[in-house]
Amino acid sequence: MILLAAISFLILASAAVAITRRNLIHAALWLVVSWFGVALFFLWAGAQFIGFVQVLVYVGAVSMIMLFAMLLTRQGRVPVEMLTLKAEKRIASGVLLVSAVFGVIAGCILGTDFPVTEASAASSVTLVRIGESLMNDHAVALLAMGALLTVALIGAVYIASSGEEDAS
Amino acid sequence: MSPTGIWDSIDRAPLIVRDVLVSFLPDAWQGLANDILIAATVTVVFATIFALLTILERKGLARIQNRPGPNRVGIPFTKIRLGGFGQPLADAVKMILKEDIVPTSADKVLHFIAPVILIVSTLLSLAVIPLGRHLLPLELEAAVLYFFAAGAISELAVFTAGWGSHNKYSLVGAMRALAQMLSYELPLVLAIIPVIMLTGTLSTSAIVDAQGSWSLGGFLPAWHVFTPWGFAAFAIFVVASFAEANRSPFDLPEAESEIIAGHLTEYSGFKYALFFMAEYFGMCALAGLGVTLFLGGWHAPFSALEFLPSWFWFFAKLFMMLGLFIWVRGTLPRLRMDQLTRFAWKLMVPLALCNLVNAAFWHLSAGWDSPGGLALRWVLSIAIIATPFLLLSRSLFAGLGPRTYKYAP
Amino acid sequence: MKIPGTGIIEGLAVTAKNFVGSFHDPKRFTTVQYPEEAAPVTEAYRNFPFLVHDAENDPLATLRCVACQICEKECPPKCIYIVKSADKKPDALGKPQFYPAVFDIDISVCMSCQICVEVCPFEAIKMDQHFEIAEADRFNALLLNRERLAKPNSYYHKIHPTEAAEVDARLEADRKAAEEKAKAAAAAAAAKAAAAAAAKAAKPATDSGAAPGGATA
Repeated sequence: MILLAAISFLILASAAVAITRRNLIHAALWLVVSWFGVALFFLWAGAQFIGFVQVLVYVGAVSMIMLFAMLLTRQGRVPVEMLTLKAEKRIASGVLLVSAVFGVIAGCILGTDFPVTEASAASSVTLVRIGESLMNDHAVALLAMGALLTVALIGAVYIASSGEEDAS
Repeated sequence: MSPTGIWDSIDRAPLIVRDVLVSFLPDAWQGLANDILIAATVTVVFATIFALLTILERKGLARIQNRPGPNRVGIPFTKIRLGGFGQPLADAVKMILKEDIVPTSADKVLHFIAPVILIVSTLLSLAVIPLGRHLLPLELEAAVLYFFAAGAISELAVFTAGWGSHNKYSLVGAMRALAQMLSYELPLVLAIIPVIMLTGTLSTSAIVDAQGSWSLGGFLPAWHVFTPWGFAAFAIFVVASFAEANRSPFDLPEAESEIIAGHLTEYSGFKYALFFMAEYFGMCALAGLGVTLFLGGWHAPFSALEFLPSWFWFFAKLFMMLGLFIWVRGTLPRLRMDQLTRFAWKLMVPLALCNLVNAAFWHLSAGWDSPGGLALRWVLSIAIIATPFLLLSRSLFAGLGPRTYKYAP
Repeated sequence: MKIPGTGIIEGLAVTAKNFVGSFHDPKRFTTVQYPEEAAPVTEAYRNFPFLVHDAENDPLATLRCVACQICEKECPPKCIYIVKSADKKPDALGKPQFYPAVFDIDISVCMSCQICVEVCPFEAIKMDQHFEIAEADRFNALLLNRERLAKPNSYYHKIHPTEAAEVDARLEADRKAAEEKAKAAAAAAAAKAAAAAAAKAAKPATDSGAAPGGATA
């Protein structure tokens, strides 16, 4: 229980710090710490596969995409813009929005019936079972995602190459 | 097949030592002590290999270049030269005593933690390589995936190093290093997928066990490299691991004549030594993974030699792979950035995908046992991977012939 | 059909040959491990001049240098300093010659151009080959005086054999020519003396009677 509390604190605290950073690159790196926390949570819950995939995909790839995008567009320096709303109004609207979202999510979680089984849960979900269920039960979703990603890749290559044709 | 008697004890020697050491502690502390001992042993073993590797590399490259390499430093404070094999000691002392220069406008925290993250990630990735029959530091069901996850963290460290130096050349160098590492992640992983497909598991110990038989009277091991798909996958894996470890011919990010030292420009002294060490650890980890997945791990090449300790075979194969790394470094010229990325995306990824099909064919034709069937299986399997290789590489090389000079004779 | 990738294999074979060959083939291991091994020095190599003396055990007395100061005048960076002696000494050919009382070469200035060697008429100054002459004192230790510059003719033979043989042959020829000349002069003087004595002896003979030999002579 203590471990779960510590991991949750890590996730929430690093995300909170990430929001308050001035430097965009620092904010991105704090977000990476938060993603690490999520991976630790998966490992604590016994889902090894998804924990490692979280690190591989988020920390290894998505963080790179974010950082590349930041560097190629803004040079990491956030200009201090003049905000027109007063501080109290900003805080009030923020709190309202956050509590609304939280209420919706909490309502959904508390209203759902999760089937809880005891010790057998952790050991029955092996890698082979995950693979089989992906390929058999969720094959359509997997193929659709694959097609989507392929189309996105082709589109990116086309956009990048058509931008070069003007230069050549 | 497993060694027995005295050879079994030699095979288990590290475990016996560990048991003796841990028994001195009370029961409650023994689990923690066991873990700490394993982690410390892996770190010390690979740090020693790193030291040995630096001097072997310098002398190997030197002999390739018709010169002796470092041959003066031996045992300190004596005149014994040992052929220069005390050089790592001198290098260590130099690195520790060098002044650690941090640019004033650099981001102190990021500049400091970049080498730390890099070392941690490469050490973590070493945890799933089975060093011997009973010497797997961490038994995981998804071991290969864990290896790649730990390797993915190192890319973040490279970026942090480049950004934290507050130097635009460091940043450009870091971006180029990242582009190279990302481009070659894909062939690396795609080359490994046939192995996972045919052994049906992500666990490194299970993959090594699957290669533990011999045919042809104990002389042909069932290693994956001795199958057509395995040979092609091993070739792709080796080339991709050269690129992942930033080794020649893919050492654009850290070569001295390119953008100074890339993301390492603003690092000196011990931090530079840590980067260097992390790069060599990464090399050892990738070589170790190659040995595990393709070269039969800790198994002997002939069944008659299986009595020798398994860790001996593993480290022999590891040093052979590392020798290959050094040999290729001394032979090939450096690739340019665009040549590098073109090679990865246009040649290696399609070939790795073809190899997947090849491995699937091999798996589905497992029943072709008769001599004619076996020959047909091999011929078809080789054709499935060799034909795209020849066609694709020849079409990519078309037009890149020898240069002709208009005005020079 | 050229298979791509074979070039790399050929390259690896070349480096492997280099690696293996460096252990047993001297052509593939060209390093001279200084200071244990000395790099071979050719005969024509030169580095700073020295003064040749002929006798092994008496350097300063048998220096070939006669302090003509031609090398001092011709030296481009003017690194030679000579002070002539007050008295004269007989040289190898017996002629009395001056000798250098002071002969200093500043080797921090000398550029080993060998002009002093080319202009010396007496084969007295030649080029040396030593280069392991580092000193801790920048000024005084690099000013070589007569004692440090004088080296025997046998040393000259050792470092420049063909040149030394040539010089020795020339000096020998000179000595022989001088001897011949001295002999001829002595013979001429002797003949002259004999003729004078014969003339003196023949004089009373002509008084007493005609000497047909004297008329024909």
